[in-house]
Amino acid sequence: MSELKTKEAFAQSSETIDGNIATINFGPTHPSTHGIFQNVLKVDGEKIISSEQTVGYIHRAFEKLSERRPYNQITPITDRLNYCSSPINNMGWEMTVEKLIGAEIPKRVQYMRVIIMELARIADHLICNSVIGVDAGALTSFFYPFTEREKIYELYEEICGARLTTNIGRIGGFERDFTPAFHTKLQSFLKTFPKAFEEFDSMLARNRIFMDRTKGAGPISAERALAYSFSGPNLRAAGVDYDVRAMHPYSSYEDFDFIIPVGVNGDTYDRFMVRQEEIRQSVRIIEQAYKNLPEGSYKADLPDFYLPEKADVYNNMEALIYHFKIVMGETEIPPGEVYHSVEGGNGELGFYLISDGGRTPYRLQFRRPCFIYYQAYPEMISGMSISDAVLTLSSMNVIAGELDA
Amino acid sequence: MEKLNNEAILNLIQEAFPNDVLFHEEPYGLLTMEVTAAKGHEIIEWLKNHETLSVNYLTNIAAVHYPEDAGREFAVVYQLHSWKNLFRLRIKCYLPKENVSIASLVDIFPGANWMERESYDFFGVEFIGHPDMRRILNEDSMDYFPMRKEYALEDDTREDKDDRYFGRNNQ
Repeated sequence: MSELKTKEAFAQSSETIDGNIATINFGPTHPSTHGIFQNVLKVDGEKIISSEQTVGYIHRAFEKLSERRPYNQITPITDRLNYCSSPINNMGWEMTVEKLIGAEIPKRVQYMRVIIMELARIADHLICNSVIGVDAGALTSFFYPFTEREKIYELYEEICGARLTTNIGRIGGFERDFTPAFHTKLQSFLKTFPKAFEEFDSMLARNRIFMDRTKGAGPISAERALAYSFSGPNLRAAGVDYDVRAMHPYSSYEDFDFIIPVGVNGDTYDRFMVRQEEIRQSVRIIEQAYKNLPEGSYKADLPDFYLPEKADVYNNMEALIYHFKIVMGETEIPPGEVYHSVEGGNGELGFYLISDGGRTPYRLQFRRPCFIYYQAYPEMISGMSISDAVLTLSSMNVIAGELDA
Repeated sequence: MEKLNNEAILNLIQEAFPNDVLFHEEPYGLLTMEVTAAKGHEIIEWLKNHETLSVNYLTNIAAVHYPEDAGREFAVVYQLHSWKNLFRLRIKCYLPKENVSIASLVDIFPGANWMERESYDFFGVEFIGHPDMRRILNEDSMDYFPMRKEYALEDDTREDKDDRYFGRNNQ
């Protein structure tokens, strides 16, 4: 048996392993794809020579559907993009519409949104990072963060009643203010989460076996990542400090103090570490936003878009008219063209909206970060072993819902 | 370094391409311009390599269908981003329905590959010079481009989903 090689040496060596090129299907349904996408790999022994991707297995025509739905009915569609962090998508869409109609949003709503969006980021990163552990063979570390994710879902539940596909918030604010139960749960989460998270971190971050498995697996250089229009933690792991929250602050992100972690090698380990640090930063942002939560209303004064209180609809003529107009789609919407982006769980999630003054968008395009960066996958796994391809896929946080729209 | 404003950016582009910027506006502060389709590729390459502007990042590519607009039925919209100067830029090229094709950006931004395939898949925009012009999300055997406006989402027999209820009376 020949001696063990480093991953770089393995990828660069031109010697054949057994000389027979085999074609194997990695996916569409494979326990480690975490979604439905196919890769046809050409392998020489364990070494990947080339791969070809097929995507679109769960394409649901979101962009076409959006052309036939009033603005408030598009929020549930956005849930199903990156379903690990639905609230970020929901609020990104709401902010896009608010930008189109030129709405002014109260400071309290902006801070409330920041709290929810950062909770969503934590949930997204927890899933992704614990799954990297699973794919490296460490199942225990998968169960620890799920206790914490459960608490985040309970917090969503306090706000909107839903857990996974949240449809949280409204155009103009929230459906209700933070409830007393939400306050209690959030306070206890902020108290217990950092400790539980460090426990999870200690299982993997400096674990010799985990480091050996992930270091050098599926690397990408900063130049290539930029050329492929990477964004989010994958880009930052390659060493580029682009974050929409800092570059184009929305929803008052400029008020908070947080750092943007970057990696060096752009490999699986760096992607893992960048997400771990982002979770710590998200906790800091939530603490700041919660501590300084301004007084005021949980909704903007937007009678044309925000449904009135039910009691008012029955007792107040004006509220009844607004209710009727919103439900029957007689709301005036200005024609215009707007692009708004938020820092989603896995990158820059953008909404490009063209309105012709109709009740529904004339054209709505979602800039889906993982659709854009997943095309670099064959390049990243070329020369790697199959087990590294599995790790690379899970560490890229490719979410099938977002990939296929 | 002083932040470039939209006017200065536009002036620089107009100086280099005096006849190709057909129209410009600034909806919500984002500089948007229409350029001649034949020069789209060249202008984007110039913007990327320009020392001051350095438009280094392709945010997205979107196609739009305007069936009423004779001679310019399809628009290809490029959204670009300069990280050095922190500005976004939107470039539109209009194409006639007889020849829905435009030069591919894959040689400038490899990430344009799938974005262009998506526009091809849904709108039938051909990108010349693209290494792999195939459908991406839809099935390969499909023989139409579903995001075009002639394909109504609802079945025609439905009366409850009339266009009038969606604020458009003229269709």
